[in-house]
Amino acid sequence: MTWTLATPLVLPFLTAVLAFLARYGTTGRWFSVAGNAVLLAASILLMARVLDQGVIATQMGGWAAPFGITLVADYLSAVMVIITAITALAVSVYALTDIDVRKEQLGYHALFNILIGGVVGAFLTGDLFNLYVWFEVMLISSFGLLILGGNKDQIDGGIKYVTLNLISTILFLSGIGLLYGMTGTLNMADMARAIDSVENQGLVTVVAMMFMVAFGVKAAVFPLFFWLPAAYHTPAFSVSAVFAGLLTKVGVYALIRMFTLVFDGDVGFTHQILLWVAALTMITGVLGAAAQNDIRKILSFHIVSQIGYMIMGLALFTPLALAGAVFYLVHHIVVKANLFLIAGVAERTAGSTDLNRIGGLYKSAPLLAVLFFIPAFSLAGFPPLSGFWAKYVLVAAAIEIQGWIIAAVALLVGLLTIFSMTKIWAEAFWKPHPEGADPALSQLTPQARRHLLIPIAALAAMTLVIGFSPDPFVTFAKDAAAQLLDPTAYITTVLGGEA
Amino acid sequence: MEALIAITIGVLVATSVYLMLARNVLRFIFGLVLISNAANLIIFASGRLTVGAPPLIPVGADGPVGDVANALPQALVLTAIVIGFGLFAFALVLMFRAYSTLGTLYSDDMRIAEPRTEDKT
Repeated sequence: MTWTLATPLVLPFLTAVLAFLARYGTTGRWFSVAGNAVLLAASILLMARVLDQGVIATQMGGWAAPFGITLVADYLSAVMVIITAITALAVSVYALTDIDVRKEQLGYHALFNILIGGVVGAFLTGDLFNLYVWFEVMLISSFGLLILGGNKDQIDGGIKYVTLNLISTILFLSGIGLLYGMTGTLNMADMARAIDSVENQGLVTVVAMMFMVAFGVKAAVFPLFFWLPAAYHTPAFSVSAVFAGLLTKVGVYALIRMFTLVFDGDVGFTHQILLWVAALTMITGVLGAAAQNDIRKILSFHIVSQIGYMIMGLALFTPLALAGAVFYLVHHIVVKANLFLIAGVAERTAGSTDLNRIGGLYKSAPLLAVLFFIPAFSLAGFPPLSGFWAKYVLVAAAIEIQGWIIAAVALLVGLLTIFSMTKIWAEAFWKPHPEGADPALSQLTPQARRHLLIPIAALAAMTLVIGFSPDPFVTFAKDAAAQLLDPTAYITTVLGGEA
Repeated sequence: MEALIAITIGVLVATSVYLMLARNVLRFIFGLVLISNAANLIIFASGRLTVGAPPLIPVGADGPVGDVANALPQALVLTAIVIGFGLFAFALVLMFRAYSTLGTLYSDDMRIAEPRTEDKT
């Protein structure tokens, strides 16, 4: 029981230590791959356990909740851990070629695995202050990864990333302090119980807004997203892939967790704001992307616009909408990480990610074109790829409660996403290379091709599997949403039967 | 006591916001240090303030006797101070690095990652 929950948390740190000790050889990178493979196995075990028992919890150090730190996994946590492990494994294989020896010696693999550990910790913890600590673990390792190499644009983007994220952290910390002052507890399940008996519910809403802003910065929602497009196109491709896939999604996860479990007292107010935020995030993200002319910058702005869809699911706050949000999270992490990995291959073969300077990939690298086509048009929501079902569920949920405007926005943004994806398609793949080069995959060594393309193909295959058999995934997402909307099982499991 | 702490927090936040609005990122970092201390004081004050009663268990007793200060916020603040110190150290090194590679500390001049359209050519 204890170990099923604690293993996925301990593994990345163990891997990080091994990778750090072996950073001057070639073994470090293989420790990273092996560690993440074991992490995937452990997270599958965790998922099996959660599917079997609903919610599982364990008290760290034997201190009973609500006094000790609780690790807890429900459907949402378990699926997020699995998807984290998948992304981490794919990126660690990709990094075998993508990360050069210099960055390895600076400790890339150790930082990467600490980042994964922080992400998994944030998904599994049931304690609010502990969540803050995991956020910090994640943040400090992401700072390191972002500026590893020390190019001018990395430092420049890094400053914006660091400063804005630190402000969000301080808001989060103050929010925790005030919430503790009102409820007298830090355990999220206990807090969910205690918050209803707080006399001044107006103050609870004020603190809820502090959390919304704090997590909003992490999740990169409108109007707090400016650090993201400033930074995500600057580091190594492995780094931006794992950032794009996971980091903002931890913010979304924290929003979903707090605004279903704790702050569900004044839904009419808080979730109405979230709905506006969602709509504006979608629109600004997609318009920002339309103005860009570099693959990674386009994709960065699309992260912002896609976050809007997930927030929309949370804001509508119906079972179907939350199921849509969960489904969207899973689909999005796979697709987005993959697109950044593909951008890396495009840069390696065609020489740049600037759309004006590349082209001809369709003719000379048809395999890469197919592999790009799948996640790109899944992102845009083409049937029957995974993004179509994700958007379908969300729009259906909006129409169900007569949210015509948000449904229209979601559909419109979907259309504009197609515009951006076809732009990358036409410029990078379709048009001939401006310098007449022939960017074939055969320029890469066979080994590099294996390291780069196998993770891409695996993630694309996952997108296809979700797309062609969405039923089990949608059913799972609905179960997860049901758990989120009725957290009785969560609270009872954490507090040991005394709900 | 609460009023005094509240005013202190207010002054700290006001000062740090003023510093953070400056274009010089070094001032911004100083603002960040102040505001993180304000957050620590918020946690400290939300744990209720008790004067002159350390949370110690007398020899021979099973628990603290009478009203003692809440030890939990102090533990939280301690954690937050340590983390904040680490982040501040990192941020300071980053600023130093920015000054040596970019040659400026003014946020308006930091346009390398996102160049203006007219700068491109």
